[in-house]
Amino acid sequence: MADNKGILVVGEVMEGKLLPITAELLGAGKKLAGELGETLSCILISDKVGDAAKAAIVAGADKVYVTEDPQLKDYSNDTYMQVMEKAVKDLSPRIVIMGQTPVGRDLAPRLAFRLGVSATMDCLELAIDPASKLMNCTRPVYGGNARAVFTSEGIPQIATVRTKAATPNAPDPGKAGEVIPFTVAIDAGKVKAKVLQTVKEEVAGIKLEDASAVVSGGRGMGGPEPFTKELAELAKILKGAVGASRPPCDNKWVADSIQVGLTGKIIAPELYIAVGISGSSQHMSGCSGSKCIVAINKDPEANIFKEARFGVVGDWKVVLPAFTTKVKELVQ
Amino acid sequence: MNMIVCCKQVLDPEAAPSTFKLDAANNRMVQPPEIKPVVNPYDEQAVEAALRIKDKDKTQKVTVISLGNNLVRDVVKKPLSMGADELILLEDPAFEGGDSFAVATALAAAIKKVGQFDIIFCGRQESEWDDGQVGSGIAEILGIPSVTVAKKVEVIDGGKLRVERVIADGYQVVEVSTPCLITVSNEIGEARYATLKGIMAASKKQPIVWKPADIGVDKAGAAARKSKIVKLFQPVKEGKCDIVSADSPAEAGALLAAKLRENKVI
Repeated sequence: MADNKGILVVGEVMEGKLLPITAELLGAGKKLAGELGETLSCILISDKVGDAAKAAIVAGADKVYVTEDPQLKDYSNDTYMQVMEKAVKDLSPRIVIMGQTPVGRDLAPRLAFRLGVSATMDCLELAIDPASKLMNCTRPVYGGNARAVFTSEGIPQIATVRTKAATPNAPDPGKAGEVIPFTVAIDAGKVKAKVLQTVKEEVAGIKLEDASAVVSGGRGMGGPEPFTKELAELAKILKGAVGASRPPCDNKWVADSIQVGLTGKIIAPELYIAVGISGSSQHMSGCSGSKCIVAINKDPEANIFKEARFGVVGDWKVVLPAFTTKVKELVQ
Repeated sequence: MNMIVCCKQVLDPEAAPSTFKLDAANNRMVQPPEIKPVVNPYDEQAVEAALRIKDKDKTQKVTVISLGNNLVRDVVKKPLSMGADELILLEDPAFEGGDSFAVATALAAAIKKVGQFDIIFCGRQESEWDDGQVGSGIAEILGIPSVTVAKKVEVIDGGKLRVERVIADGYQVVEVSTPCLITVSNEIGEARYATLKGIMAASKKQPIVWKPADIGVDKAGAAARKSKIVKLFQPVKEGKCDIVSADSPAEAGALLAAKLRENKVI
């Protein structure tokens, strides 16, 4: 596939709105397109794309391909693969990038294996090697204990990018761009895994991903109560959200949807307060992008103190109430 | 129903980060010999998902397949001691150094050799390369549907499965026909402990060992890779934590708040 050219971003649309990961991918994609001197395209697959196509142009896309079909409302690899297989065949991109999201982490490997090429998952950084024109993908491995740079020769090269890892382009409302319908006749006969229902587990208050301050608890909290009392109180004062490391979720103290970590949400708030959290690599993968990490833990050897900017060694049951009282006094 | 679970022996991901050392010559990380490898935790949960189905009907069979070299017997036998029926090891120096493509190709070939299967379970990702591709790759090679990152799997009428798939703010309920492949996430809950009876039974069971030629793959491991590692490195951590201390923990808490204000964090 020596003639393949350009970058194709697989965007994500929810209820007619472009999801933030798409702007991040267009940021990463624009850099690659610039290094290659090629075009940045974006494909949007949904039941209704609407104004999201224009939003993708404002976010940096030169061309936006729009595939709409009622059968594409909910993600299923049986339907989305039909679109992506045709997209790669017809548009011949050199590189395909997706988000490391429930869509991308499922779709990228299936597409790669179908095409007989390699996908590199959960990347932090993508760059073009000037000599070979191949993409080098940097990603965390061994639960964040190391990093690796991967490349591959099969074209298209496929990669998924971790949320919050790439910086979106500055929005350019005057940017020229083309919206092109990309019609795919979805064969319902090929759908073996059918989405019957999507259940939303709404968490009251500010969403974890959007919060500028996050107060998280770990195994050291000892049970569900502190999450609705002490941690929630501090989060409320800071106008933030409550999060958790994996053990509280696995122990069913809190909803799975507030898990911060490699297998939960990846967030990058201004302030991240980790209470009773040891700071395992899998947890740090979810919050290491935070501007300032503050740790309260009774174990002075806990890994969290290697990651935090400020910390107190002590029992949270004593430290946290005094901390919260003082924070309340200072912010009001 | 015939179920196959793919399990990988990995470095212990729960061990302290300082135990991970770089083996630059082989592009991999290693741990000191006193830290025993484990079954990848997500794969244990995949075994759990299969056993929950077997709990309802003891006639259903669970076969575990593990791929690697120098596999530690009492580690890879753990699924047997949890209640799985049979263990197949794809064990040979030639299987070393593979990427997701090499591993999925070998596992798919082994599954074809096993022949009868209704559900293949994998963990959502393994804890070394954290790639999360092997499950989808096996499904693609075998041409069967896949549902990834499941938190609940139930058999319903007509040989179909009802699967709850974790998404950003909740879950999807997916109905899938068999044969199919499911990858299991930690939300399924903790895997069961091995019972003493299970450990005794497992110690008597001999795993079946297959070499690349036995499953008809001419290229395996490093030779079958599609991706190349340009560089493996450990990022340097600054580790400049300002530990706030005072006469009492409560005073330290208050002082921490003052410090955050001083540094314009709050």
